[in-house]
This record gives sequence, C-alpha cells and structure tokens, in this order.
Amino acid sequence: MYDSGKIIIGIGIFLLFVAFPFYYTAIGKPVVKPDPRIDTPAIQAMEKKQCVESKNAMKTLHMQMLNDWRDAVVRDGQRFYVATDGKTYNMSLQNTCMHCHSNKKKFCDECHNYMAVKPYCWDCHIEPKEGA
Amino acid sequence: MMKMLVPLAAVIVLIIVSLAGVEAAGLEAVFGIVIPYLAFIIFVAGMIWRVIDWGKSPVPFRIPTTCGQQQSLPWIKQDKLENPSTCTQTFARMILEVFFFRSLFRNLKTELHDGKVVYGSDKWLWLFAIVFHYSFLVVFIRHIRFFVGDVPDVIHILEALDSFFQVGVPLVYITGLTLTAGVLFLFLRRIVIPQVRYISLPADYFPLFLIFAIAITGILMRYFTKVDVVAVKNLTMGLVTLNPQIPQGIGSIFYVHLFLVCTLFIYFPFSKLVHMGGVFLSPTRNLANNSRMERHVNPWNYPVKVHSYEEYEHEFKDKMKKAGIPVEKE
Ligand code: HEM
Repeated sequence: MYDSGKIIIGIGIFLLFVAFPFYYTAIGKPVVKPDPRIDTPAIQAMEKKQCVESKNAMKTLHMQMLNDWRDAVVRDGQRFYVATDGKTYNMSLQNTCMHCHSNKKKFCDECHNYMAVKPYCWDCHIEPKEGA
Repeated sequence: MMKMLVPLAAVIVLIIVSLAGVEAAGLEAVFGIVIPYLAFIIFVAGMIWRVIDWGKSPVPFRIPTTCGQQQSLPWIKQDKLENPSTCTQTFARMILEVFFFRSLFRNLKTELHDGKVVYGSDKWLWLFAIVFHYSFLVVFIRHIRFFVGDVPDVIHILEALDSFFQVGVPLVYITGLTLTAGVLFLFLRRIVIPQVRYISLPADYFPLFLIFAIAITGILMRYFTKVDVVAVKNLTMGLVTLNPQIPQGIGSIFYVHLFLVCTLFIYFPFSKLVHMGGVFLSPTRNLANNSRMERHVNPWNYPVKVHSYEEYEHEFKDKMKKAGIPVEKE
C-alpha cells in the first residue's frame, strides 16, 4: 500500500465516526428504559383509568393534540374538546392534563428525556412544583 | 425509459419486501436485527476494502488538475489554491473541495448560439449539491438521538437550529425538507437536461430513488402516520448495546424506512456513492504539483538492462581502432 500512514489515519477517523454509538454508550451511563408512572392520586381515584383518547392515540398523537388545543383556545376562543367517546374536556394543559398527570418528572419527562426531546410547552406554562 | 423504470421498480420491490416481511411473515427480527447488523458490517468492511484497494494502486506521477499559475519564478504570483505545490496548500485545497465542492463550483453549461459553442456559468448544480449533502449530513447526525442513551448537547443545539421556525408538532425539521428538495432537483436535472439524461444510467437513478424513499418514509413516520418512537429507541438501543430485541407495536413503516436505509448502506461501498471516501483519494485533487521540484520515480519501472556508450567503446575498442573509428578513451 502507498501512503499507508495517511490511509490508516483516514480509516481510523472513519471508524471513530461510525462506531460512535457503540463506545459512547458503552462508556456512558447505563441506558434505562422509560417507565412513565400513572400512580397519581387523581388517576388512582378514577373508576375507569382512561385518558382523553385511547392510550395508543395519546402515545403517538398527544403533541399534535396539545398543539391543536392551543390553537383552538388561543386563536379561536374555543375551550371545549369533545373526545371520541363523547366526553367533553376543558382544553387546558395545566388544568386538565396536569390535573391527572401531576407527576411531570415521573411521567412526561420519562419518555421526553429518553427520546431527547425538549417540548417548548414549558417556555410559557409553569411547570408543576414537585419534590425531586 | 427503462434506465429509469428498472431502479424505480427495484425501490418499489424493496418497499414491498419489507412491508410483506413484517406484516405478513412476521419477520421483525430479520428486518430489525439481522439485516441492520449485516448492513453495518458490510458498509464498514466494504468502505475499508475500497480505500485499501485504492491505496494499493500506485500513482507514480503528479496528476493534479490545476487551474492556476504554478509555482515559478519568485516575481510570478503563484495561485496557491488552484495549483498547490506544498502539502499545506494541497490540504487547504482539499478542505475547500470536501466542504465546499469547489471544483463543482466551476460547473459550466455549454450551448450552441448561432453555430458557436458558448460557455455560461451554471451554479444550480453546485447549489443543490451543497443543499442535498449538508441536509443529509444534518439528518444523519440528528438520528444519533436514537443510538445513544445520553444525547450530547451539540445534538440538542443542532436540533434546535434545525427546527428553528417551530412549525407544527413534532417540530418540522428544515433539513428533512431540504434533503427531499435536493434529491428532487438532482433527479429533475437528470431528466430535464437532454445531455445529462442521455448519459444517466440505472446506477444514477437508483440512489436518488432510494434516498427519496428513505426521506419520504421518514417524514411520513414523523409527521403523519406516526410510530411509537420509544419502542423504536428500545430497538435501536438494543442494537447498540449488542442486546438486540424487538419491541411490540412499532409500526411497519419503521421497518420499511430501516430496510431502505440498510439497502443504502449495503449498496454504498460498491456504487458511485463511495465517492464519500473517494474524494479524499482523488489523485487529481490530493497531490501537490511539485513535479518541477521533486523527482517522482515510477514504482512500476521495469529494471531495464542498459549498455552505455562507455561500456560499448570499452568492449569494441580494438575493433574500432582497427577500422579507424575515433574513440574517446585511449
Ligand atoms: C441514511 C440514513 C437515514 C436517513 C437519510 C433518514 C432520513 C430520515 C428523515 C428525512 C426523517 C424525517 C425527520 C427528519 O427530518 O429527521 C427520518 C425520520 C425517522 N427516521 Fe430516519 N433516516 C436514516 C436512518 C435511520 C435509521 C438507521 C433509523 C433507525 C434505526 C431511522 C429511524 C427514523 C425514525 C424513527 C424517524 C422518525 C423520527 C421522529 O419521529 O422524530 N432512520 N429519517
């Protein structure tokens, strides 16, 4: 091989890039799977433990729903949401969502931190005060 | 037309294979574990093999494509970037090439005007090539959030910048759209310009279709059809920690996206896409033009047996003298 010094350095850099996830995870903190808790008093008191929509829909669509709620309330002055099962909800992050999910750290943050997403809800809304 | 239809059909078949594999045959473990690992190994080993293979080819002489004044007399100004003569200058030239596609910036269009060949500036290819490659890079780097437990801050900064306009939820990533736009332009260029269309081969269309399908499935997944991203990360982290697992209920579109990406990675080292490594090993770029200062000997030179005049004279001196031929040494 010609210029083997330079070529080996190049291959080394390439390997450093492509293997990044492997060694970075190996030397970093152990990975903990998220475990969102629904053991808040408000949820425990519910007869049928059911969120606004089905669990699956909430899991993948809650961000879109919150966005739509914000637009409906802030832009159209429309405050009530009729769910698929006919129930009516007050469209409010702090009064409706966080009423049941009063454990932001153990609920919202569990997955958000795992997925490294930082929702900008809390740029405006006040985070619930919780003990650490 | 066939040159376009065959690669298009190939991509459609890939999509159908992965959909059917997951939906009908339940082969999540194949598409989610076996093929990704295989793709990774083939990609890494393939790239190294290609680079070493290039490294074995001798480049005996200096063949940089120069386009400026070479180093000459001290009072003639050298164009150090276009005609580098030292290692540092060549390095600077390479930086411009790799990061800014400097040679593509020279792209010209050739047209006939009143029977005369006319050259004009044509920066669109350069512009969209830059947009495409940088978008791809950013999208690629952003995906790291699926592959490390503790996502580095630079990735957060990159994500924040990329979703700067804060459109919709999940926030729209600008590079996801510019990547798609870039691929579309590069494709349209091939079908709109007759000369380019004439020289385009299936191997030119296939990567474009493949990357387009990857971007579209990604965009569908993030903004429209939705997948369970926590389950996705459970799968990817399983791969990274060599503890593979298949979480339930991710959604088939994820496996389509992943399978297309794996195909891209497997295809990469054996296709024109390998220019990612090749750009660094291009002798027309990475050599200094120092032919006038250094002697470069061809390692292929066959050891030629020579018979110098000196030896010849020495051998035939007597005969030459007898014949009256003048000799140099008495
Ligand atoms: C060359 C490699 C890849 C390219 C070009 C690519 C492209 C994309 C694009 C354009 C998006 C749309 C969102 C965005 O702009 O980021 C996306 C989303 C996504 N991709 Fe990829 N992708 C690649 C590799 C992968 C791999 C290896 C995985 C997983 C193993 C993956 C999983 C996902 C997921 C789960 C989403 C949805 C993201 C979300 O909801 O935030 N991609 N991809």
